[in-house]
Amino acid sequence: MMHDQETVLIQGHIIDSLILAKVLDTILMMGGTFDFQEVHIGKTREEPSRARIIVRTSSAKLLSEILHAIQPHGASVESERDCRLTAAPADGIFPDEFYATTHLSTQVRLRDQWVEVEGIEMDLGVRVDPVGLTARTIPMGQVKRGDLIVTGREGVRVIPLQRPRDRDVFSFMESQVSAERPHGHIIGDIAKRLVQLRAGFREGKVGSKVLLAGGPAIVHAGGREALAWLIEEEFIHVLFCGNALPAHDMEVDLYGTSLGYGHVAGRVVPHGHEHHLRTINRIRAVGSIEAAVRSGVIKTGIMAACVRRGAHVVMAGTIRDDGPLPGVITDSVEAQASMRAAIPGIGLALLVASTLHAVATGNLLPATIPSVCVDVNPAVPTKLADRGSFQAVGLVMDAASFLRELARELGWKP
Amino acid sequence: MSRLLVCPPDYFGIEYEINPWMRRSNAVNSDQAVRQWHHLMRVLEQDVGVVLERMKPVPGLPDLVFTANAGAVMGRKAVPSRFRYAERQKEEAYFEDWFRAQGYDVFTLEEGLVFEGAGDLLGFPDGWFGGYRQRSDIRAFSILSEWFTREILPLELVDSRFYHLDTCFCPLSGGELLYYPPAFDRYGQAAIAERITPERRLAVPEDEAMKFACNAVCVGKHVVLPAGCPHTGQLLEARGYRLHPVPLDEFMKSGGSAKCLTLALD
Repeated sequence: MMHDQETVLIQGHIIDSLILAKVLDTILMMGGTFDFQEVHIGKTREEPSRARIIVRTSSAKLLSEILHAIQPHGASVESERDCRLTAAPADGIFPDEFYATTHLSTQVRLRDQWVEVEGIEMDLGVRVDPVGLTARTIPMGQVKRGDLIVTGREGVRVIPLQRPRDRDVFSFMESQVSAERPHGHIIGDIAKRLVQLRAGFREGKVGSKVLLAGGPAIVHAGGREALAWLIEEEFIHVLFCGNALPAHDMEVDLYGTSLGYGHVAGRVVPHGHEHHLRTINRIRAVGSIEAAVRSGVIKTGIMAACVRRGAHVVMAGTIRDDGPLPGVITDSVEAQASMRAAIPGIGLALLVASTLHAVATGNLLPATIPSVCVDVNPAVPTKLADRGSFQAVGLVMDAASFLRELARELGWKP
Repeated sequence: MSRLLVCPPDYFGIEYEINPWMRRSNAVNSDQAVRQWHHLMRVLEQDVGVVLERMKPVPGLPDLVFTANAGAVMGRKAVPSRFRYAERQKEEAYFEDWFRAQGYDVFTLEEGLVFEGAGDLLGFPDGWFGGYRQRSDIRAFSILSEWFTREILPLELVDSRFYHLDTCFCPLSGGELLYYPPAFDRYGQAAIAERITPERRLAVPEDEAMKFACNAVCVGKHVVLPAGCPHTGQLLEARGYRLHPVPLDEFMKSGGSAKCLTLALD
C-alpha cells in the first residue's frame, strides 16, 4: 500500500519547458506514483499553467527524497495547516462541524505532521490526543465532554484506495453485483484467499483472521455442516450473528429440526415450532453455549465448532428475539462496540444471508478489507458494494450453496 | 539607440570563490583588467554605437562590475536581483538604488527568492528563457512572467561551470541562438529545440564555450564576444553578423566576459 503522500504545486510555463514532464518523470523514476488533483493549462503563451500533484510513496523516507529532488524544479509542498480541534460540549455529543469519517484510510495533520487515524470506520468522529499526537475514530455515543474532536475539513486527508496487488476476483470486481454471473471462479478465488489467510493465521500473522457475519438462513438452507467444517478447519475465526443462527444451529443438534422442519427429511415435525424455544431454554438452563458444548449437551454444528476452535463469537440481539440465548448482547450500542472490537486483525469478511448483520458489519469495515456479500436478494450485495470499495464482491446466491461450494473447494467431503 | 549599464572595474578582483572559475590564488592583474574593460567600452560605444550608462563603483564590491546581474529590465519596469551568495548580496541595494534613481518602476522579489537578473533571464522578443538551479530559483520566473507579461521557459543549468544562463545561451537579433547544448539537460535541450529551428541553433564547441563564447553582446548585426573563439566567429559571420572580438581574460578569472559586464536597458 502506498500510504505516504504530499501535495505539491507547480506553476509557471511548465508545459513547453518540459518542467512538468521532468518532475513527473523524477517521481516515477524514484519509485513514487502521482495523481493530478488539478491541472490548468495556460491558453496563450503568456498565460502560466498550474498543476497540483499528489505524490505517493511506500515510505516516508522515499517521499522525503522525492520531494527533495523535485523542489528545485519548482514543485513546492502545499503549505497545509493542522487540523482544527474542538472540545466536545457534553458526553455523547460531538462539537458542531465535526469531521465525519469515510471507510477509507484517513490522516490528520497535527503539529505539521500527518498522523494516521486509527480504527478507521465510516460515520464516526475523530478524537485526537494532542500530547501523544495520535488520532482515533470514536462513535458519537462514546465521546466524553472535553474530548478534542476534529472539526472542519482543513488538515484532514483521505487516502484513496489503491488497486489491490493480488490478481484475483477482488481486484477486478469493481463493486459489480450480478445474479447472472457464473459463481464458480469467484468462489475459487475466495477459497484461495482462505487458504492463504489460514496459513497466515497459523503463523500468527496480523490481518489473517476471517470474519463471517451470517443469518439463520445458513442453517435452514442446509449450510450448517459446511460452515461448521470451515470453522473446525480454521478457515473462519470470527462469527457475527444474532440470536437465531445459534438457536437453530443447536436446535438441529438437539432435535434434528430447524424452526420445526426436519433437518434431513424436510418435513414439519409435530410440535416442531417449539423446538427452538426448548433449545434456547435448555442453553439458558446450562448457563452458556460454551458450557453446553463443553458438557456435551451440544455436540455438533456451528456453535460447537466455534467453542472447540476458540472462534470469537459476537451475538447481537434484536427486538424479535426469543429468549435470548445467553451471551446475546441485547443493548445494540454495546453489541456494536463488541463487533467493532473484533474487527482489528480481520483480513477477509464473508457476509452471508443476513441483511441486518451484513450492513452492520459492512459499516464497521475499513475499505481496505476485502469483503464478500452473499444473499439471494440482490439488494443486499448491491447496498454493500455501493460503499465504493474495489474489494467488495457481491454474489447473488443461496447461502447454503455458497458455503457448501466453498467448503468443497477447500476439501470438505459431505 | 541601445543603452547598456556598465560599472568601471576600479575595485574588481577575486576576493572570494563562488563559482568554479574563481581562485583567489589566481590574482587579477588590475591594470590589465582596466585596459580590457576600457577596450570593451570603446568597441561598444564607437564600433557598435551604443550609449553607456556608468554606475559608480563601490569599494569592497569587486563583482559590481558584472552589471548583467543588476536585475531584469523591460521598458520602464525593473526587478533588482536577489543574489544567492552573501558575497554578492551587498550589491543588491546599489543596483536597486540605481534603478530607482533612473525612475524605473521597481518590483522587488520576496526575500530569499533568489534571482540573478539578466544573467539568468534572456530571450527573444516573443519568448524568454530563464536559467535555474545554479543561481536563480525557478519559482522566481513565474512571478517575473506575470510582472513582465512574457512567457518564460525555465531551463535547468546542469554544469556548474555555466552557472548563469548568459554563460551558455545567447539569443541573437536575427532569431538565432548561440548556445552550448551540454550545459542543459535533455528536457532543456528539447524545450530549446521545440522553439528554435535547427538552422537557427548555433552550437559552440566545448573549448570555445569554456572561453565564454556565448557570453556575447549582440546589438543589431554586431556581436561583441571574447577573443579566441574562431569557430563561433565563423558561425556568426556565416549568418551576416559583424564580429568584435575583445580580449577579456582578466574577467574570465572571475567567471565573466563581455555579456556579464553589461546590462541591456532598452
